[in-house]
Amino acid sequence: MDTIRFLPCGESAVTVNFSSEINEECNRKLRYFVREIEAQKVKGVRECVPAFCSATVYFDPFLTNHKKLQKALTKIIDSYKEEGSGKKRVFLIPVCYEGEFSPDLDDVCKHSGLTKEEVIRIHSGTDYLIYMLGFLPGFPYLGGMDSRIATPRLDSPRTSIPAGAVGIGGEQTGIYPLASPGGWRLIGRTPVKPYDPEREEPILYKAGDYIRFCPVSESEFEKIQNDKDYRVEVIEA
Amino acid sequence: MKMTVISPGPLTTVQDAGRFGSMQSGFSPGGCMDTRSMKIANILVGNEKGEGVLEMTMMGGTFSFDGTSVIAITGADMKPTVNGEECPMYKAVEVKKGDVLSFSRADSGMRAYLAVAGGFALPLVMGSMSTNLKCKLGGFQGRKLQKGDEIPLRQSIELAFVGKRKYKNEVKYTKSITLRAVLGPQDDYFTEKGIETFFKKTYTVTDKSDRMGIRLDGEKIESKNGVDIISDGVTTGSVQIPASGTPIIMMADRQTTGGYAKIATVLTTDLPLIAQAKPGTEIRFQCVTAEEAIKLYKAAEKEIRLFEYSMYFER
Repeated sequence: MDTIRFLPCGESAVTVNFSSEINEECNRKLRYFVREIEAQKVKGVRECVPAFCSATVYFDPFLTNHKKLQKALTKIIDSYKEEGSGKKRVFLIPVCYEGEFSPDLDDVCKHSGLTKEEVIRIHSGTDYLIYMLGFLPGFPYLGGMDSRIATPRLDSPRTSIPAGAVGIGGEQTGIYPLASPGGWRLIGRTPVKPYDPEREEPILYKAGDYIRFCPVSESEFEKIQNDKDYRVEVIEA
Repeated sequence: MKMTVISPGPLTTVQDAGRFGSMQSGFSPGGCMDTRSMKIANILVGNEKGEGVLEMTMMGGTFSFDGTSVIAITGADMKPTVNGEECPMYKAVEVKKGDVLSFSRADSGMRAYLAVAGGFALPLVMGSMSTNLKCKLGGFQGRKLQKGDEIPLRQSIELAFVGKRKYKNEVKYTKSITLRAVLGPQDDYFTEKGIETFFKKTYTVTDKSDRMGIRLDGEKIESKNGVDIISDGVTTGSVQIPASGTPIIMMADRQTTGGYAKIATVLTTDLPLIAQAKPGTEIRFQCVTAEEAIKLYKAAEKEIRLFEYSMYFER
């Protein structure tokens, strides 16, 4: 097992590093860690940012310090019991892989030697674990993409990618929650808003949830986009 | 009551202490770049320390008031005037109906702060009044101020002894500054020589700096085997070393996570200094331990809290 490292980030934060490689077991442990810190209201902790294999814990130096916090956090880490994989929350995200929404789908086909239908079937045939959110509000770093459809990023990034765009960047896939520059190959678009400032929970999902892309036609895309009451289906699998 | 924007200046936004609690969804904390100046301005007008203020960048704007209020200006010296007469900084000042408050280019420093007694009557988004320009949320309609904007003011609070409300320890901004920093989280990505370079050489603030980060120019910092890490959490003050080898200090509008090794973290106490550093300012980094950093943090907070306490009796 990897040794856990406490890395100071100035006077009011520490990064707790669990492992030097990305894997589901480490990420599960990490989520337990963050959940327990929040549930136990560890003294002095302001908030946590979980990442792939570490969590950064921000604290009030008037209420705790690196040493005290390390002691409290170690206790939590030691209390972790290997859980079975348990139930997972899967968000069914409709994606239209057609027309203007998929300008780079041909590139992915060329690079992989697969047909459009095959690429779509592979891309939408997996439940992707959300390892972490970052880069943009609600931008999910997803794990588990089939390496057959991996495609290098664009040589020169687009200056603006619309909100909802679904892309492939190297071995990764993800959704752009808001318009942003970016270099990923765009293969589709979702009509749902992963980030909606008007919604009670502005971000649709959390780290630890899963995403499944469900192909829809252009007319279904439009229908969902115009349906104010549309709710993303979430299943327990 | 309201404050009308006659001219906004190039980048004037509403900011407060920051948007906390949503970093794990990817929201930058935002907030004032120079939180010390924000706190002093707010205390001078009797507000909570972290109340929303205006942050003006490099050049200030012109504003008019439609009633009596008390204001305070701190941070960069943009030669403020009221109706053409010099308006003192670091001091509570009464403005009356029809008064025009005007700022010009920053003489020293980069960012000036304007606090109004009672604060702005603007909604909190995810617990904060800070403007997040990238997400177009918070502050005044999620954007920088424009000509003609009318910023609603809350009921003004009663302030007696306005003339006695002043702050005496104002910072003088200089051409060369020292920033104290704690090693880590990824100092082990750099060679001994690289770490020595970082703490011994002088760096210069470039004009490619903004609210996301202050980009420095100077000698490249040597890494052992590259600077790519598995993305992890970033702190305001994190000193990232990208592939180019020259440091970037992560500031208020930084991303929440990043994929470059961070050699050190600038003390929260010293961030106001870098927030006010103009391009060309010389920077040196000084290494302190985490224990020393906490002591320095407490001392700086104590100074502010004592000032707040002393003003409490000047109401």
